[in-house]
Amino acid sequence: MANDNEIIDNIANKEYEFGFVTDIEMDVAPAGLNEETIRYISGKKNEPEWLLEWRLKGLQAFGKQKLPAWQNFEMPPIDFQKISYYAAPKSKKKYDSLDQVDPELLATFEKLGIPLNEQKALAGVAVDVVFDSVSVATTYKEKLKELGIIFCSFGEAVREHPELVKKYVGSVVPHSDNIFAALNAAAFSDGSFVYIPKGVRCPMELSTYFRINTENTGQFERTLIIADEGSYVSYLEGCTAPMRDENQLHAAVVELIAMENAEIKYSTVQNWYPGDKDGKGGIYNFVTKRGICKGANSKISWTQVETGSSITWKYPSVILQGDNSTGEFYSVAVTKNKQIADTGTKMHHIGRNTKSRIISKGISAGHGQNSYRGLVQMGPKADNARNFTQCDSLLIGDRCGAHTFPYIESKNNTATIEHEATTSKIGEDQIFYLNQRGIDSEKAVALIINGYAKEVLNQLPMEFAVEAQKLLSITLEGSVG
Amino acid sequence: MLIIKNLHAEVEGKQILKGLNLTVNAGEVHAIMGPNGAGKSSLASVLAGRENYEVTEGEVWFEGKNLLEMAPEDRAREGVFLAFQYPVEIPGVSNINFLKTALGEIRAYRNLPPLDAKAFLQLSKEKQKLVEFDAKLVNRSLNEGFSGGEKKRNEIFQLAMLEPSLSILDETDSGLDIDALRIVSKGVNKLRSPKNAFMIITHYQRLLEYIVPDFVHVLYDGRIVKSGTKELALELEEKGYDWLKDTEKEEVGTI
Repeated sequence: MANDNEIIDNIANKEYEFGFVTDIEMDVAPAGLNEETIRYISGKKNEPEWLLEWRLKGLQAFGKQKLPAWQNFEMPPIDFQKISYYAAPKSKKKYDSLDQVDPELLATFEKLGIPLNEQKALAGVAVDVVFDSVSVATTYKEKLKELGIIFCSFGEAVREHPELVKKYVGSVVPHSDNIFAALNAAAFSDGSFVYIPKGVRCPMELSTYFRINTENTGQFERTLIIADEGSYVSYLEGCTAPMRDENQLHAAVVELIAMENAEIKYSTVQNWYPGDKDGKGGIYNFVTKRGICKGANSKISWTQVETGSSITWKYPSVILQGDNSTGEFYSVAVTKNKQIADTGTKMHHIGRNTKSRIISKGISAGHGQNSYRGLVQMGPKADNARNFTQCDSLLIGDRCGAHTFPYIESKNNTATIEHEATTSKIGEDQIFYLNQRGIDSEKAVALIINGYAKEVLNQLPMEFAVEAQKLLSITLEGSVG
Repeated sequence: MLIIKNLHAEVEGKQILKGLNLTVNAGEVHAIMGPNGAGKSSLASVLAGRENYEVTEGEVWFEGKNLLEMAPEDRAREGVFLAFQYPVEIPGVSNINFLKTALGEIRAYRNLPPLDAKAFLQLSKEKQKLVEFDAKLVNRSLNEGFSGGEKKRNEIFQLAMLEPSLSILDETDSGLDIDALRIVSKGVNKLRSPKNAFMIITHYQRLLEYIVPDFVHVLYDGRIVKSGTKELALELEEKGYDWLKDTEKEEVGTI
């Protein structure tokens, strides 16, 4: 029979299921961050002068920034000069079909269960795969093109749609926003670009799978999504990474722009290598994600299921500028072993009648530390703005921690702000109760966790929700004695 | 169906059961009575396999199998059901999905295919009716925000759904008003059959007016000190338990 300690130990001993390294020849930049590196990256990508200059501004900002000290964990020492800032598979030619893609690469995707094949594509998922830094395959592009939708790698967008990129890049997350955003601005490798034209409802979920593959290569993805007036798009981001000995820094930037009456739904399932049971070797996931509801009646919704990384540190936020605009944040963050999560959101209410809703569900097991940190800000012009925040923490065992840091600032006395919080523990009693009905402890934990996270999982697109549910179960698997 | 021989058990080093003997056959209803701290609920916990309860001596055989060697979930799958004294709440897990999972697991254990959605729904409706369980509660989160009475009635609904061969009702009557008690008892009576057996743990004779037992046992200080028929319950009601303290602790549990 399992007691709580055994449950924790079993979770702790659970090996990461997606750990493997693909043997593909890589083009890797020498380690170190300086003007030379930036010029190397920009040159490799044949970038226009304006982008190089923007990168250099980012580098300058990076030099002036200090690492934050307010986070609820001890910042690991990061030697930015030891990181290589560019890695790309050597074969640089573009593929017409999957047959031409390196079979090793395809095998990796197979292992990860990435739906790159026709079958899955027919299921309605257009996948822009980012393998380390360079996009190697894009499906369904033609169909999207008919609707005027642009869905491509960031690099391609720079070449094909420079006016859009130039106009919007850095407009939500400026190059000097914070040290990691500055780092990304300087050294971003590639990423995704989406543009949905006026009045178009994107007929399928757009999906990108990120994968970190080269040792000591930081990942600096940059994603820019623009939903023009009256348009709609749902974007999925999911990731796994191979096993590592050394910590890897991941500092991505995501910018979302929703014009009048537009809606963007951005869903993430993050399952990067969390480190071994002693917390060694996991990914540092330091990401800046922000969206702006620029036009009236626009809506941005973030949904995240965070199970991986040794440290997850991010606050997907919404600037509610347009009147009647809506921002949402739904989050499940799991920390086990020695994992740390300091995550939450920021809702900046600027326009009138703006609404925001925050549902955060933290799950801590083992020695995991889970912090919710959120800011709800009501500006002087945000008449009748409303916010509802629900912040729940679930503890498994007695060696983990849950913390909440809600910040509320209101400069408008017509604004309504609600905050609810609960902390609970998976009890032996609950597990035994389910056992007594014929359900084993592993399934019992999965059932309890999925019940707890249901409100968030329900926000994910159907297919993704099933995957996420499985992921939660797998993550906390081994809870049987 | 159930044979308990010389059962000794302790919890946190404290001896709770001290040589308990009991045999339960199919079709029988046994009432276990006794004062607080006699070991009634401990007996239920030991049979269901709750951790912290350590069996130090004795045997328990359930339908020819060694019950004590089985994990709690396997005991349940074999057909042992415990209606809890304090049913837990599990937020976000709907009652019906929980039951579907439970039934699926039990059926899989018995090499039966899972019921399809339609058949399951049909079964659920039948059983709701049988035990007069409110349909609204079926789709709510498991016991979340249920009243004490609703929780107890949910236990009986689950019992009806899972159709165990041995049902142990651990103070199901505690905290029930007279109407709820009547409904719960009615449900149990409808579920009684020559193929299953009930062990009803209770403090009071009241419940036994509704569910008439074939045998009544008095558990005192970790042993069954007296066994009889339903009249014994009335006698206990009248005299209390004190007069038993002086009786010799004879081995009368085996019937």
